[in-house]
Amino acid sequence: MAIAVAQTLDVKGLSCPLPILRTAKAMMQMEPGERVEVLATDPGSVPDFTAWCTKTGNALVETSQADGVFRFVVEKAQR
Amino acid sequence: MTATITPEAAILTEAAPQPPPVKDKLVIFAWSGELDKVWPTLILATTSAAMGTETIVFFTFWGLFPLVREGRGITGQNWMQKMLALMNKGGTQHLKLSKMNFAGMGPAMMKSLAKKNGVASPHELLEAAQEMGVKLIPCQMTMDMMGLTREDLIDGIEEPAGATTALLEAQGANTLFI
Repeated sequence: MAIAVAQTLDVKGLSCPLPILRTAKAMMQMEPGERVEVLATDPGSVPDFTAWCTKTGNALVETSQADGVFRFVVEKAQR
Repeated sequence: MTATITPEAAILTEAAPQPPPVKDKLVIFAWSGELDKVWPTLILATTSAAMGTETIVFFTFWGLFPLVREGRGITGQNWMQKMLALMNKGGTQHLKLSKMNFAGMGPAMMKSLAKKNGVASPHELLEAAQEMGVKLIPCQMTMDMMGLTREDLIDGIEEPAGATTALLEAQGANTLFI
């Protein structure tokens, strides 16, 4: 069963640091526990999303790749 | 049997050096005015803020010019300051490269490559920095020396300040000099 996400962010074609900046901005409007799905093509976003979640405390609940598109599901930290 | 601590030993224990706590804070001293220096400054500042880190950029010397309002024209009170403004257009649109500038062809090609690769422009990053709460502090001394007034600089930045303010902000923070 697919994980329910509050919104999807399409950052395909964007390079560092835009995938993280757009995600951070979107999450500012979200409630703790809500999830965002991010679709990216920048290979650097794979280590960057892990690092960003480690620092911010947001949970990277899913990372996958299909047809050159990386999919991250991030859950906003309870605060 | 309990061990007794002599007063001398107690003093030594108390005086043991404690590492100063590192703050979750980044202060960037932006002193360069070239595209290839301003770009990483703004990328690091915006990303730092996105990571929840308190972020401050202190713009000094050549680094101040990216904060000049676009199309401000000739600024300054005397001929030297006016010459400086003529040869050094402010804002983020006219920045030169530190190498391979080729009279502006280098930056034009770099911007074209950036667009093709989905890299945010310095202008876009400066706006993002303001949106994400990065504190942008212009150097008062540079403004006075280069003949720039508060009205010559963009909106949404902090009040001009000096080296003391910047160094105080940098106490216990991570710092970068770009």
